[in-house]
Amino acid sequence: MDFSYDDEQNALRDAVKGLVGKQYADWEKRRQTAAEDPGFDEKLWTQMAEMGLLGLPFSEDDGGVGAGPVEIGIVCRELGRVLAPEPYLGSVVYAGGLVAAVGTPEQRQEILGALSGGESVLAFAHDEPGHRWGPEAHDVTADGEGRLTGVKDGVLHGARADVLVVSAVLPDGGTGLFLVTDGGGERTGYSTPDGGRAARITFDSTPATPLGAAAADVTSSIATVQDITRIMAANQALGAMQTQLKATVDYLKSRKQFGVTLNTFQALNFRAADMYTSQELTHSLVDWATMVVAAGDPTKVADAAARVGLQVSRAGRHVGQEAIQLHGGIAMTAEYNVGTFTAHLTALDHLLGDAGHHLRTLDAQLTSYDAIDPLDVAATA
Amino acid sequence: MQLALSEEDQQFREEMRSYFTTKVSEEIRTTVAEGRELTREQIVQSMQELNAGGLAVPHWPEEWGGRGWSELKRHIWHEEMQAACVPVPLAFNASMIGPVIAQFGTDEQKQEFLPKTANLDIWWSQGFSEPDAGSDLASLRTTAVLDGDDWVVNGQKTWTTLGQYGDWIFTLVRTDPEVKKQAGISMLLIDMKSEGLEVRPIELIDGGHEVNEVWFTDVRVPAKNMVGEVNSGWTQAKFLLGNERVGVAPVGATKRVLARAKEVAAATIAEDPLFRARIVELENELLALELTALRVAAHSAGGEPHPASSVLKLKGTELQQAVSELVVDLGGPATLASGEGDATLAWYRRSTPTYLNLRKASIYGGSNEIQRQIISRGILGL
Ligand SMILES: Cc1cc2nc3c(=O)[nH]c(=O)nc-3n(C[C@H](O)[C@H](O)[C@H](O)COP(=O)(O)OP(=O)(O)OC[C@H]3O[C@@H](n4cnc5c(N)ncnc54)[C@H](O)[C@@H]3O)c2cc1C
Repeated sequence: MDFSYDDEQNALRDAVKGLVGKQYADWEKRRQTAAEDPGFDEKLWTQMAEMGLLGLPFSEDDGGVGAGPVEIGIVCRELGRVLAPEPYLGSVVYAGGLVAAVGTPEQRQEILGALSGGESVLAFAHDEPGHRWGPEAHDVTADGEGRLTGVKDGVLHGARADVLVVSAVLPDGGTGLFLVTDGGGERTGYSTPDGGRAARITFDSTPATPLGAAAADVTSSIATVQDITRIMAANQALGAMQTQLKATVDYLKSRKQFGVTLNTFQALNFRAADMYTSQELTHSLVDWATMVVAAGDPTKVADAAARVGLQVSRAGRHVGQEAIQLHGGIAMTAEYNVGTFTAHLTALDHLLGDAGHHLRTLDAQLTSYDAIDPLDVAATA
Repeated sequence: MQLALSEEDQQFREEMRSYFTTKVSEEIRTTVAEGRELTREQIVQSMQELNAGGLAVPHWPEEWGGRGWSELKRHIWHEEMQAACVPVPLAFNASMIGPVIAQFGTDEQKQEFLPKTANLDIWWSQGFSEPDAGSDLASLRTTAVLDGDDWVVNGQKTWTTLGQYGDWIFTLVRTDPEVKKQAGISMLLIDMKSEGLEVRPIELIDGGHEVNEVWFTDVRVPAKNMVGEVNSGWTQAKFLLGNERVGVAPVGATKRVLARAKEVAAATIAEDPLFRARIVELENELLALELTALRVAAHSAGGEPHPASSVLKLKGTELQQAVSELVVDLGGPATLASGEGDATLAWYRRSTPTYLNLRKASIYGGSNEIQRQIISRGILGL
């Protein structure tokens, strides 16, 4: 058992920090990048490809690097630390993860090769108005020829994406995945509350290619990729919380009111200590869940995703809200970073399921075990 | 002890209800109900519609439009207004500077400002805070130096809410740098069209523009625009901040949002014990808060804020924030969507900006930490 990174992983972290961390160390630069379409830096995206980051999760046969979840988690954490707006989570982990999970060898090579090379951005068009989180499609349907009809909304980077992976109800029931390229679907892009980008996409008998075997119900694959994405989102959220806590501690030590620095007030220090406690407990669960992904049993991954999701939702709100409160008014401004981090944690929270969602999942299986053994993670098969 | 309203108060309540639901523009009330932003014109219009019925400033002295109501009547007025989705009278005018001028102003100031303040013919901004004077307001540095018949003002204010709409700004300025900091402050009323005064926008994390910086460069202010004696500003400030605290616990508005959440999310909560439990808890906490507000109202004497008004500010803002958090959670993925479709989706789309924006509620008006300080020191004697 070991919760620390090895030398190569440390080197990866330093490299990502050197590239992304440096780029966005200047908050003003990050703000400008996020303000202008497409909401991220295309050049940095290419540099991330050159560094091999975009191909990390994919096998070498598919044009990727073939690294494991710990490495992907490292990237996500560093992106979260500076709130990098690049679409790593949505494009590489989520949409790319689906192509890797269900695509044919040719599709994987073509799509993941281009993604790894930084030549294309992917988006998973899944959420539909009026439905909460889950692996199924509801109102978007595929006909016998694979033509799609219906509305997707909240599609991360859906307006910019070169390739859309779209979930749809199959003619015989179940959820299938389809590829839409060449700007298909009528897309309306907009900003999410954290300044990210999403789109509403309307399909009207839009031609699409099945991803993987035609007419295959891939609900369980979608569920697993969602769980892995939840865990990587948790890594990203942890990075954001770490930055917020550090900023808060620095601020308490430097901001003067009543002729003294704020850390003269024990009440405030104790609250920073509580933030630290939240952060460290989250850190443990995030590392654990990431290692559960490495062990590979989808049932255990699902369980870990719900548990880490619950913790991150609670801790993210605690740390995010306290970071603003302890800073006072300055944190409410877009010009200062702490409040935007809270906005991002809020958006992440509602991307794949918040605390309530995970509580419901865990509640449903509460009586199926007697006690939790965190070390029992290997596939049981 | 007796809970039921007297017949008179019951009748009063119905009068209020009928005025608010028939005399205030329906369009404005719908905008409030749907949580959309009001324009300057709408805020002015609704306050004028209230003022026409003598309902904009009932807590002022009677000669200036006050109604001499009991605290309970004022409470009913305030609750019914919020229940009917009527925007409460602009706080800067109705609860902050108006009562201060009525209490401390010269006759000339009262004549000149109070009627226009009640009718929102003048939109007031609050220019107290500065970059280095937040919770520690008394450390403010903006200076005013007497030159002939004018005060010459230099410095910077910040966080000026809706300053972009302001006609006049009431400020605290340093008029004596030599004495203990509270003793060298005065209150000045400044025309925002004065030369040398500049308003600069600040963007907040919800993407909105509701606060500003206000810069003063050799702004000349006639000496007659000082409220109270030179260097007595801290007295006025304390009076004003006490009133501000009472006004910032919007029990009625929070109740209304919660009720609307139940209605909008009926299908979501029908089968969901977690959401149901959260709503029940929030309703109960709001009930306790509302009853506390009633108790405080029943005990207030001579217009002085009850010491427990800090409880209202503290808990009122916490519940306001908690309800906004509930709404975001009811929306779930819809909070990240475009909001296209029906009114429900549009409501959820606005819920995250609202939730983020309301983080301010525990910071301004004397932060919640400062309220705890007031409770622990001032009430508990710790
Ligand atoms: C959206 C918004 C609108 C506003 N509108 C106006 C306006 O119209 N006019 C105006 O004049 N001002 C306005 N304010 C300013 C507001 O009153 C100040 O933000 C507030 O007084 C807090 O000051 P600060 O932001 O400088 O925080 P600080 O005073 O720096 O406080 C930072 C943190 O430390 C805590 N703290 C400070 N001192 C103590 C202590 N002694 N003990 C324990 N904790 C402490 C605070 O509670 C806070 O959590 C507004 C603020 C906001 C955010």
